[in-house]
Amino acid sequence: MEYVIEMNNIRKEFPGIVANDNITLQVKQGEIHALLGENGAGKSTLMNVLFGLYQPEKGEIKVRGEKVAITDPNVANGLGIGMVHQHFMLVQKFTVTENIILGSEPTKGMNIDIRKAEKDVAAISEQYGLRVDPRAKIEDISVGMQQRVEILKTLYRGADILIFDEPTAALTPQEIKELIQIMKNLIKEGKSIILITHKLKEIMSVCDRCTVIRRGRGIGTVDVSDTDENKLAAMMVGREVSFSVEKGPAKPKDSVLSIRNLTVEDARGVKAVNTLNLEARAGEILGVAGVDGNGQTELIEAIAGLRKVTDGTISVSGQNITGLKPRKVTESGVGHIPQDRHKHGLVLDFTIGENILLQTYYQKPYSNNTVLNYTKMYEKARSLIEEYDVRTPNERTPARALSGGNQQKAIIAREVDRSPDLLIAAQPTRGLDVGAIEFIHSKLIEERDKGKAVLLVSLELDEVLNVSDRIAVIYEGQIVEIVDAAKTNERELGLLMAGGKRKEGEA
Amino acid sequence: MIKRLLVGARGKSFGLIVPLIAIAFGFIAGGIIMLLSGNNPILGYTALIQGVFGDMYYFGETLRMMTPLILSGLAVAFAFRTGLLNIGVEGQLIVGWLAAVVVGIYVDGPFALVLAILAGAVAGGLWGFIPGLLKAKYEVHEVIVTIMMNYIALHVSNHFIRNYLLASGQRTDFVNDSASLSSPFLEALTDYSRLHWGFFIAIFACVVMWFILWKTNKGYELRAVGYNKNASSYAGMNVKTNIILSMVISGAFAGVGGAMEGLGTYGYAQILSGFTNLGFDGIAVALLGASTSVGIFLAAFLFGGLKIGASNMQSAAGVAPELVEIVIALIIFFVASSYLIRWILGRLQQNKEEK
Ligand SMILES: Nc1ncnc2c1ncn2[C@@H]1O[C@H](COP(=O)(O)OP(=O)(O)OP(=O)(O)O)[C@@H](O)[C@H]1O
Ligand SMILES: [Mg+2]
Repeated sequence: MEYVIEMNNIRKEFPGIVANDNITLQVKQGEIHALLGENGAGKSTLMNVLFGLYQPEKGEIKVRGEKVAITDPNVANGLGIGMVHQHFMLVQKFTVTENIILGSEPTKGMNIDIRKAEKDVAAISEQYGLRVDPRAKIEDISVGMQQRVEILKTLYRGADILIFDEPTAALTPQEIKELIQIMKNLIKEGKSIILITHKLKEIMSVCDRCTVIRRGRGIGTVDVSDTDENKLAAMMVGREVSFSVEKGPAKPKDSVLSIRNLTVEDARGVKAVNTLNLEARAGEILGVAGVDGNGQTELIEAIAGLRKVTDGTISVSGQNITGLKPRKVTESGVGHIPQDRHKHGLVLDFTIGENILLQTYYQKPYSNNTVLNYTKMYEKARSLIEEYDVRTPNERTPARALSGGNQQKAIIAREVDRSPDLLIAAQPTRGLDVGAIEFIHSKLIEERDKGKAVLLVSLELDEVLNVSDRIAVIYEGQIVEIVDAAKTNERELGLLMAGGKRKEGEA
Repeated sequence: MIKRLLVGARGKSFGLIVPLIAIAFGFIAGGIIMLLSGNNPILGYTALIQGVFGDMYYFGETLRMMTPLILSGLAVAFAFRTGLLNIGVEGQLIVGWLAAVVVGIYVDGPFALVLAILAGAVAGGLWGFIPGLLKAKYEVHEVIVTIMMNYIALHVSNHFIRNYLLASGQRTDFVNDSASLSSPFLEALTDYSRLHWGFFIAIFACVVMWFILWKTNKGYELRAVGYNKNASSYAGMNVKTNIILSMVISGAFAGVGGAMEGLGTYGYAQILSGFTNLGFDGIAVALLGASTSVGIFLAAFLFGGLKIGASNMQSAAGVAPELVEIVIALIIFFVASSYLIRWILGRLQQNKEEK
């Protein structure tokens, strides 16, 4: 049999929901097989079944033609299946090597043979072109690097079937390029890969075949060479999706956000934002483009009151908010879709309803200052879940049980619904499917047309170019250039982001 | 039905089944120990049960024993819900005991009882405030500070009693009748056990904890801070204030627990030669009760019953009362290894499906 993995007629239920309903997935030896579907379609669930984290209610799994029962991840490891999860599972305080060998340490007598481990790790990383520093601590390395550690972890355990669950969602464009190269190397070495991604471009560029699922059901498997992005999107959503953003010209009015000579230090005391000036007006979407790590995070956190301002002022609608506490910042008309949804955006152990009220729970009618009115809270949550199409069994489901994309939609619902004068959207569509992205973008434009200011910070140039009206390029903590979104292009932005000056006469 | 229970056992809300299995394992293991030490476990456990339900007196004593256990369990649970490990319940309970008795001795009149209980709450709250403050301001781990505060409480309380309050032997005067919780009615009802009104205060405290945590703004904030500090400050909550507040409320529950002993069971405070262990037992109660009000009430009943039943076990079946401590420890061990239980349940369920 030519299939390395066959998952036949898999069914997996959760309380109140069928996450996988009779899904079939067949992966050939040596291919990159894409798994595509909307947020909450059941992709992660299906892969967790394959990796032994969940037990299916029905269906059979064959690995290299043999029927197997994958009762837990150790069994999966034994069968040569490795998984890189949507949210990483690394020990922050451990080094790269320690994390990689965790659970299968080479020993010398009673001791862990860390020398040998380091050598092994170095050898594997050499073989597949996965550059890492074996002695660095996880907490000190970038997200892209952490991901390589996750990949190495699976390879170290001898995996030759690799599952990647949305590996590119958290990566910078440069890191994505490197990851794609890594995947190609892995295939050359005889591995097979299952790749979950919402980015159709990635599927078109590296995958051989693609299986599409919709609302827990298998729609079909296609050869990537026989299809295109539009067809894939239509298969997945069940309708035509428009990739270009529909919007009229902006009608900017008065300044809403005004930043003067802002200096902010990062955790190590280095000036991440350095005498930065920026102005965002009512009725426009101001994009902030830049290579990751040029001060975007610190800028946003400073505006939101989450990070100390060293120098300079920030005002919103004429009111000085520099140094105010987050609650006061929010109340003066700022909304914030945070970059890291698990760190800042959600209390995962709260219900989705409680999360939707995270910014307003203390206000009327949800509270009379002391006692909460859960009936009113859940009423509100229900209406937002409906409006923003958050797929969840109900409003009392723990946020943890929602798929990544639906968690994001809940945050967006919460922040956009308050219709703040200034809406900061940091990577608002990270991990969302194409249909949801279309919807979120239209929501941002709707806010703009209501006369609000939107600050869109994104690492994805496509998004910045399509949605913004003006684009501010941030480089080493300063705004180096502001360009008209309609009059620029990816190439020019790329140059500016790399610190290049704008050439006269171009664009 | 069984399958439903098992399925429930695998999700996050494994509900009742894990504690129940832990309790069963604890008793089975205790039975094996009885066998090994040459006792008849059936006789032993019969005597234990009779030592709780066999007699109104024992039953009253069980409810009396539950009272401080409920309150110290609530104290541990409340802090735990906010992500804090309050190991200092013991000390908070001791200072609450002393403060309530002092007020009970020196204050008379219609408000004496209320004032004395409040004094217990305030003293316990203060004892929780200090580790809370150190945690919030300087990130000193609360476990270390609360353990030290236990010793300080023990010795400070003994010092005060010895030097300022000593009446006869090792104890203070009795509190005024107006400040006493003891109830001739409840005593008569239970064949002259020491059951007092404090039992109802403990039940009321269960309701209070549930209400604070699940119905109020503050409770929402405390739980949010317990789960995710970053998201809480993003949402404009003051993480530091909430940490301190949580320790204060937790300490207040413990202090009221001490007040129940001082104003109810004993009517005085005494020089303690060592810890009362009521506060440490609270950790076990909270753990078995899964930090919920109802769970804590039931767990306190189990542990209170075991402690009271132990004496009958010795007199009627000749089993050493220490065995009960072992059973309690085993139950806690099995609750703590609930992961193991869930894993076994998962395996069982799977085997069934494969058939
Ligand atoms: N542990 C769980 N408990 C209850 N429901 C769950 C659990 N895990 C997933 N679900 C539900 O199963 C469905 C499928 O979720 P899954 O995470 O597989 O989606 P996904 O396709 O990976 O989506 P995304 O692209 O947003 O990551 C969702 O409706 C989700 O709410
Ligand atoms: Mg997923």
